[in-house]
Amino acid sequence: MNKNFKHIKLNDNEIVLGILNNSSSTLTYLYKLHFPMILQLIINNSGNDDDAKDIYQETIIVLHDKIKRGDFELNSKLKTFIYSVSRRLWLKKLSQKARFFGDINDYEDYVAVETDIELHEEKDKQFNLMNVSLAGLGEPCKTIIEDFYIKGLSMQDISEKFGYTNADNAKTQKYKCLQRLKKIFFTNNP
Amino acid sequence: MESEIELIKKIEAYLFQELNEKERADFDHQRNINPILDSKVVEHLAFLKTIEAYGEKKKLQSQMDSIHQSLDINEIKHSVTETSSSIIIFWNKNKKNFAIAATVAIITTLATLLGTGQFSAKNSNTNYSALKRDMENIKKSQNALIRGYDATPENNINSNQGKYGGSGFALTNNGYFVTNYHVVEGADSVYIQNNKGQSFKVNIIYIDPSYDIAILGIADTTFTNLPTLPYTFKKSVSDLGEEVYTIGYPRDEVVYGKGYLSSATGYNGDSTAYQVSIPVNPGNSGGPLLDNRGNIIGLIKGKQTQTDGAAFAIKSNYILQSIENIPQDSLKNKLNITKQNNIAGLSRTQQIKKMENFIFMIKVYN
Repeated sequence: MNKNFKHIKLNDNEIVLGILNNSSSTLTYLYKLHFPMILQLIINNSGNDDDAKDIYQETIIVLHDKIKRGDFELNSKLKTFIYSVSRRLWLKKLSQKARFFGDINDYEDYVAVETDIELHEEKDKQFNLMNVSLAGLGEPCKTIIEDFYIKGLSMQDISEKFGYTNADNAKTQKYKCLQRLKKIFFTNNP
Repeated sequence: MESEIELIKKIEAYLFQELNEKERADFDHQRNINPILDSKVVEHLAFLKTIEAYGEKKKLQSQMDSIHQSLDINEIKHSVTETSSSIIIFWNKNKKNFAIAATVAIITTLATLLGTGQFSAKNSNTNYSALKRDMENIKKSQNALIRGYDATPENNINSNQGKYGGSGFALTNNGYFVTNYHVVEGADSVYIQNNKGQSFKVNIIYIDPSYDIAILGIADTTFTNLPTLPYTFKKSVSDLGEEVYTIGYPRDEVVYGKGYLSSATGYNGDSTAYQVSIPVNPGNSGGPLLDNRGNIIGLIKGKQTQTDGAAFAIKSNYILQSIENIPQDSLKNKLNITKQNNIAGLSRTQQIKKMENFIFMIKVYN
């Protein structure tokens, strides 16, 4: 399947449509298409493979969220957007690591993506907080929450999975878990 | 504590639409009258969205991780570093500097041009008027070497005196001649006259005002074909300093003039002409310019009055070009240029003797 993809060319519009419709093959195509560009950017600006991977994946998330918000207007090329976001993210990371000396070697044109980055950072904060909160929640609550709210399993499935006598018991358990999760989350995020 | 869970239960039931119509209406009503409840609902909804977003991102990340694992990072790395050869890196590094340098260069050039007034309308006007003056100069100083017959009325055997005259010469033996366009310009009728004083009517069959060339074709039935042409046309460009001569009709008798090629370009850098240092007078226009071997290298077209010994001749390859431009099927007789030169080895006097039968006076009536 991956090999077949080498022969298919998707234009920016088709990629946006694919992402909007959760197409995993489009995601694969997009991911492979621009990774070399970002790898080049990072390794030639005092980064390594792992940095490239992190920056690139974060960039794809920014793009993904932007498309899902219905915010992506094709006034710049996807490639330019991706490059610009990665560039910005890497600049931030470099300055955090305090090994940043002012300018980086550019390989592509870039556009202003500050608002997208800000939105992303806000979202990222929430994500990390949720991550920490769920970790602090412990089992079986974490899995129950994930199964119901993320994976979309029915309460019936969940009660069978966890050996509850009936769905109502499972439901009560889920509410308790949710209430605890909320508490942890909002204590950390006043 | 208990009530909080009850509240979550209620809100969830509401959000997941597990309430019946009456309960739902009741809850909506409660939300309306109780802002605390309302904000709790909104907050809970936002919280669920956060969980959802968290899940979505987790999923995306794991998807990307698996895609990433299928990549051959080393290969990509190799290709990426390969394309970023030192030159490309240098270019990429200095792209901005180059752009700035180029911009500075352009601005400097423009500023210089502006400063020296190359762009100002005033200056281009002076250029233009200068050019115009030059054009007038050409007219005056290059004054086309047409002889005004009115000035020197002379008797002629055929007594068909033309108003203006110039020189011309045979292109072929079957009645084609070449002269300057300015000689025959505006003519009602054109006659050629040989060195024996016989006149023949000719038609203008082709003109090229930009090169100042006119080609004439015989119209007179009394004309008998000439002997084979002794001269040929030189296709290549002649060298500076080459000895040249001309034969023409600045007066009623054929006149010989000798000189040398003094420049590869004509008046004002005109690359279609030579500058020749040779005595020419009104009436020489349209005469041939020949080299030592008797090859025609040009066509005399004028001179500059303010400069001594600066005459101009159209390069012979433009004559050949004009001949090629004539649509052959419009011609009565075939226009074939001789390729054999019979006078190359002869002395100058012998050459002239042979030549003069092919040089004609052009008489123009208008």
